[in-house]
Amino acid sequence: MGSMVDAALPAPTAGAWLHGVVRDAGPATLARIGGMDGGPVRAVSAAGLVAVVSTAPLDEYGEQPLRRNLEDLAWLERAARAHHAVLEALARRGPVVPARLATVHTDDERVARSLTTRRAELVATLDRLTGRGEWGVKGYLVPGATAVGAEPVTAGGVGTAYLRRRRAQLNAREERQRLISAAADAVHGALCEAAVSGRRHPPQDRRLSGASAPMVLNGAYLVDVAALPRFTELVGSLGGRHPGLHLELTGPWPAYSFVAERPEPALTVREPG
Amino acid sequence: MTAGQQPSVVQNSGQVLPAGHEPANLGDILERVLDRGIVIAGDIRVSLLDIELLTLKLRLVIASVDTARQIGIDWWEHDPWLSSRARPPIEPGPRDPEEVEAERRPRVAARALRRDAEAEEWDGFDG
Repeated sequence: MGSMVDAALPAPTAGAWLHGVVRDAGPATLARIGGMDGGPVRAVSAAGLVAVVSTAPLDEYGEQPLRRNLEDLAWLERAARAHHAVLEALARRGPVVPARLATVHTDDERVARSLTTRRAELVATLDRLTGRGEWGVKGYLVPGATAVGAEPVTAGGVGTAYLRRRRAQLNAREERQRLISAAADAVHGALCEAAVSGRRHPPQDRRLSGASAPMVLNGAYLVDVAALPRFTELVGSLGGRHPGLHLELTGPWPAYSFVAERPEPALTVREPG
Repeated sequence: MTAGQQPSVVQNSGQVLPAGHEPANLGDILERVLDRGIVIAGDIRVSLLDIELLTLKLRLVIASVDTARQIGIDWWEHDPWLSSRARPPIEPGPRDPEEVEAERRPRVAARALRRDAEAEEWDGFDG
């Protein structure tokens, strides 16, 4: 009889949405951090690490509902902001390894197992992030900063003149793009020198960046707390040195860009061994 | 961050603006939480790549329009959410990859025209 009841146990009704992994976090700290549905986050401890999770009712965060919800922009925005807010609160207290959005386990036991399985890598990442923060530097094209030379006055018919002018315009555009791209490379290179590590992400589309000018640099830099004044000063001086670029510094961010086990080589500039 | 300082926004005028007044830009958050961060296999297997909204819309917008164009996808031109010039899509709904690939080819030709449009866009920034 008892075994039959066991077999008919209902499936769990709530899983665990993983925000990130820290070395430790006291209950008092976690009680003040609101999770996915506004309720406080909680800790799942294993292997000397703490996973910070939100209780995730499976009728909303189970596989099918989650798939559906992620297609809903309003839901996605709320989830992304809630997840990010937890990570930001944790990052203010110490190193945190952020989990990608929508990492859901069916119960705490499974979260603990993930911590145990990935322990070595998580510990190494936390060590690397300690005392450092991620800063973003975006570079936008400055309108009109790369002036075109005056049109040469030449002999020839109207059609010839048009073609010549058009060719000159196209050449000038290529030259501008080359110069701007070189400036972005130079800025990224200089910032990498002042940072522990740097990554270049694809520039954001204008509809995403909300900027009127095209973005040509979307960099992320892992910066030692002690080196931060030098880094911010460098951003300012690089802006002065490259008038064709408008630079914008954001941060500190949780170290989203510096936790991947195998970063794409093309986007990695410098990673200390 | 261990120093516990408040987030700030610094512009290259050298001016440092205390932040926290404004929540971080949604685009900045989305590109981070969707594309970065550690991937730990959970039990609920929802690959973000399987999410049509993210795959066909946000992920490509995040990857920039140019990247999307390079792989021949121009869904935003039919999307009222993003484009004021929206037209209804020719063929809505998910399709199998072969069909998508077949449809992609004519777009490669159309891309040359778009480059010219982009050229004008850049020209607009010459002041």
